Amino acid sequence: MTPRWMLPIVAALLLGASIPAHAATLQITMENLVFAPAEASAKVGDTIEWINKDIFAHTATARNGDWDVTMPPKKTVTLVLKKPGTIEYYCRFHPNMKATLNVAP
Amino acid sequence: MFVRLSAAIAAVSLLGSAAFAQGAKPTDPQIAHIAYTAGAIDIAAAKLALTKTGNKDIKAFAEDMVRDHEAVNKQALALVKKLNVTPEDNDTSKTLSKNAADKLAELGKLKGAEFDKAYVANEVAYHKAVDSALETTLIPNASNAELKSLLQTGLKIFQGHEQHAEHVAAGLK
Repeated sequence: MTPRWMLPIVAALLLGASIPAHAATLQITMENLVFAPAEASAKVGDTIEWINKDIFAHTATARNGDWDVTMPPKKTVTLVLKKPGTIEYYCRFHPNMKATLNVAP
Repeated sequence: MFVRLSAAIAAVSLLGSAAFAQGAKPTDPQIAHIAYTAGAIDIAAAKLALTKTGNKDIKAFAEDMVRDHEAVNKQALALVKKLNVTPEDNDTSKTLSKNAADKLAELGKLKGAEFDKAYVANEVAYHKAVDSALETTLIPNASNAELKSLLQTGLKIFQGHEQHAEHVAAGLK
């Protein structure tokens, strides 16, 4: 018999376990005009948290047109990946900022 | 050091005759004033460009200048407030402002492709001069670490602007 106080914990564990393993969250930061990490890997369905630590607005713009995210200064914006591919992206405002995201199916 | 700044600035047509305190090193309140003034000048030029240009590359460039220079200047104001420093007007700032006003009047008379070309050429020269002043004078003489760090961020972003301006200039030919 499970003690009553443990029930919420058990429920939480069960719910946690029911979240599909592939829905991960990956953080990519922009700091001092650099994307880090410069190369990252994720899967379709994963969420990217774009964390802009700069005082400048940035974008993460896929060269193939898949996505174009704008991050205001000091803000975090999320993006759910819908298409696989090796995506080269850059900041439209500061084109020296470049990085790659590998999205597995 | 001020002499080198004057030389760098005098090297571009925008800035013409410079009147500097020979041999004097700028203080932090003066450096903050110079950096802010240099940013404000570029914002004014970009705003003029936005009212005059029909070229989409120049429009995008000018929008970038307003966005980035306003961000740096906003941060500079927050920093001087935090440090309880009052930016101090000085001969370098005065010369910058005077020459910028002249250049703005000159650009204001131009139209179309002539304006676009003159604006971008000036942006290349202006960012070169400011980057050089930051590198050789303002950053080395800044004594407060946060001011120095903001100037270094400024240098990095302005170097990107210089490349961007060169790229836009090349596209006009």
